[in-house]
Amino acid sequence: MTPPRRDPGRDRGLVRPYVVTDGRAYPTRNTFDLVTLVMAHGDRPLGGLSPEKRRLMDLCLGGALSVAEVSGHLMLPVSVVKVLLGDLVDSGHITTRSPIPSAQLPEAQLLQEVLDGLRARL
Amino acid sequence: MDSALASDGAVYLRHSVRTAAKLLVVGHFAVGKTTFVGTLSEIRPLRTEETMTQAGAHLDDLAGTESKTTTTVAMDFGRLTLSDSLVLYLFGAPGQKRFTRLWQDMTRGALGALVLADTRRLEQSFDVMGLLEEHGLPYAVAVNHFDGAPVHPEEEIREALDLLPETPLVTCDARDRVSSTRALISLVEYLQTRTAQEYA
Ligand SMILES: Nc1nc2c(ncn2[C@@H]2O[C@H](COP(=O)(O)OP(=O)(O)O)[C@@H](O)[C@H]2O)c(=O)[nH]1
Ligand SMILES: [Mg+2]
Repeated sequence: MTPPRRDPGRDRGLVRPYVVTDGRAYPTRNTFDLVTLVMAHGDRPLGGLSPEKRRLMDLCLGGALSVAEVSGHLMLPVSVVKVLLGDLVDSGHITTRSPIPSAQLPEAQLLQEVLDGLRARL
Repeated sequence: MDSALASDGAVYLRHSVRTAAKLLVVGHFAVGKTTFVGTLSEIRPLRTEETMTQAGAHLDDLAGTESKTTTTVAMDFGRLTLSDSLVLYLFGAPGQKRFTRLWQDMTRGALGALVLADTRRLEQSFDVMGLLEEHGLPYAVAVNHFDGAPVHPEEEIREALDLLPETPLVTCDARDRVSSTRALISLVEYLQTRTAQEYA
């Protein structure tokens, strides 16, 4: 999917991306879903990272989380988190798992697993 | 806060989790979305915000800078680990049409949606139902029971909401875990019948 295009002169979209992400509103790649699971690599140098990327790495080094959770914990908009994650994937700090989860399993099988899991909670 | 978080193991997913499924919990203001997601979530429910800036009335002021209005849209979400390998995320958001970007994000990859409704103002559910239909996302409706709210026969509610005969209509109490889980089960059972039909 290509990112939505906007006329930058007319509608600047989100405010905060420009503050935190060096003026870019969209990630270098657009493979992040809200439930894409992200994992940090513990062996990458953290030295040159911006404070926001440092915070993101500090959070993600603890274990796997979805993009939405990273956004919630860091209290940064999802769009900002996606841009930061895009850079960190490029630099090898972060890897992602199952960008669009339902594409990996047949939908019928996924639904059955969700149903079994929910019923088990009753 | 971040360091406290990082030391709390319950925040993170199990290592064995491989798949994330997504369901939406939607409805108008004060219908019980935050309550519902909070009741079911195993993690402290999180909110994420999108700050939308819109050029205000496309008029430049005298200094030549654009006037802008900023709206903050909050989305609640929660997590349920359903098996060693599967986690379910619930996203709750209001159904305002102007938040196109948020809706694109939310609906992408979602399996379906549970629409919460309140019998005191059923007509306020139309916006969100319309949005789901636009995005092609199947849904079930759960009437969230508020104390003192009128109890109508199912047929009347169906008619008032103009539901398709196959759309599930259930009642729930968003404060109750079992009741809320049952509402989600009705939704997923419905999604299953739809997939079965598609491949039949
Ligand atoms: N009686 C009753 N009150 C509820 C129920 N669900 C939510 N509430 C209350 O209704 C109010 C609005 O709920 P909230 O979850 O914040 O609605 P939201 O705006 O859709 O997120 C809160 O005061 C809740 O405690 C319910 O099932 N029954
Ligand atoms: Mg709410």
